[in-house]
Amino acid sequence: MRIFGLSFKVIKTLLTTQYAYMLEYRIEIALWALSGVLPFIMFSLWSQNDVGNSFGLNDIGLARYFLSAFLVRQFSVVWVVFSFEEDSISGRLSPYLLQPLHPLFRYVASHLAEQATRLPFAIAIAITFFILNPSSFWLPSLPQFFLAYLSTHFAFTIAFLLQSLVAALCFWTEKSSALERLIFVPYLFLSGLLVPLSAFPSNVLKVAMITPFPYLINFPAKILSGMPVDIFDGFLAQIMWISILVPSVNILWKLGVKRYTAMGA
Amino acid sequence: MHRYFKTIRLFWSTAFASQLEYQLNFLIELLAMLGTLLGSVFILSLFFTGGRELGDWTWESALVIQGVYTFLDGLTNALLRPNLTEIVNYVREGTLDYVLLKPIDSQFWLSVKKFSFAGLPEIILGLSIVFWAAIQSGTSFSLYSLSAFIISLIIGFVILYSVWFLIAASSIWFVKTWNATEVLRALLAAGRYPISAYPVILRFIFTLVLPVAFLTTFPAEAILGELKFNILFFGLILSSLFFTFSRFFWKFALKHYTSASS
Repeated sequence: MRIFGLSFKVIKTLLTTQYAYMLEYRIEIALWALSGVLPFIMFSLWSQNDVGNSFGLNDIGLARYFLSAFLVRQFSVVWVVFSFEEDSISGRLSPYLLQPLHPLFRYVASHLAEQATRLPFAIAIAITFFILNPSSFWLPSLPQFFLAYLSTHFAFTIAFLLQSLVAALCFWTEKSSALERLIFVPYLFLSGLLVPLSAFPSNVLKVAMITPFPYLINFPAKILSGMPVDIFDGFLAQIMWISILVPSVNILWKLGVKRYTAMGA
Repeated sequence: MHRYFKTIRLFWSTAFASQLEYQLNFLIELLAMLGTLLGSVFILSLFFTGGRELGDWTWESALVIQGVYTFLDGLTNALLRPNLTEIVNYVREGTLDYVLLKPIDSQFWLSVKKFSFAGLPEIILGLSIVFWAAIQSGTSFSLYSLSAFIISLIIGFVILYSVWFLIAASSIWFVKTWNATEVLRALLAAGRYPISAYPVILRFIFTLVLPVAFLTTFPAEAILGELKFNILFFGLILSSLFFTFSRFFWKFALKHYTSASS
């Protein structure tokens, strides 16, 4: 059986080696998990100033939304451009390109392995959140959880493809990680990490919805926290973005590899 | 002392020359900065819908805080981030040895070696917002408010520098924990909003444990002429404590430095 053209054995080897590698950096990953506290800071602001009512959320709803946003972010964080830039500049990419395996799969595997390493820290932070805000405790129903899980994976896929697009520019410029900022800034404000998108004025919301960003945090977080959400539309948009981005990354990558100059080799 | 000024001049002129190679980078940083500012002001505006105030701060005075934050963020991008995130590389590659051998204070060398000119527009824009928003909120500047503003900005920067340096210096032990700076950045983002807008526990933490209040809220109060003298005095003591501790910690860390790959 093959998945994305990879045999089961290759997938297993990739994931287990990357997981072993990630386990070595547990403290580092715990710190990464902690660095996602921004939704909690925003939650304390929105609830302290009673703004939630104006976008139809009480304190409990706000708490659940921001905890969900935190969790979705934990499992959709992407850093491929930084690893790729380092590998490209130091010349480590050359052997990867010779292997009969698309180098991006290696990064996919290390992201998935890192997510698995993050899981216990994310759970610990969620438990701490419930201890501090006991009234907000909830467990999503099984279908809810499943849909949120699926949409978080789709969110990760979109984020990964977006960043791979930037990473492929490494073939042209050595500082493509600087370009990543141009994706990160709209992501920060339009994804729903700082505020649920329902708080946006309608004209800003319209603009936001034509970008991929709301489907990276807002949509999965709404499912997980049990807010009303159009599930069909959301998944349709996620799948649409993936089907636009996959061929784009593929084309840019092929063009880029032709220009590869094996820096540092 | 003269030697230190001369060193800084040499460092920053070479930094300028090497950055001219990456002009596109400068443009990207500029775009990212404008986008960030636009987004933050937009999020801030959501707090004020329906004539509300944010922790007793009016819209214009809250913009002063955004200005101070932008200014300090510019300084971070220009000076703190390029220099202090490098320390871990010196430790990992063993090149810290060469720094320690130089006949100049090592903390000084590590803190000012680089200067990223892409941070300059942010610094200038931040200050412009501060003064524009202060005038909009109907403040008349006095000698006290201006000097209190400058002093409190220095206090804020010294605290910010010390916290950054402490984390960077800890990489002597934990080579791989430089991403603690990411945790710091996430927490410092709390400084975009007035401290009085937070719940009591966070207000306490952001004043005494991680003094975010001294970074943005108090300088903003100073320029608005509302800062009490005793807070300024307390800030002076606190910032000198932070700075002394960072120096002490660096000396202590160096005793544990064992060098790598030699």
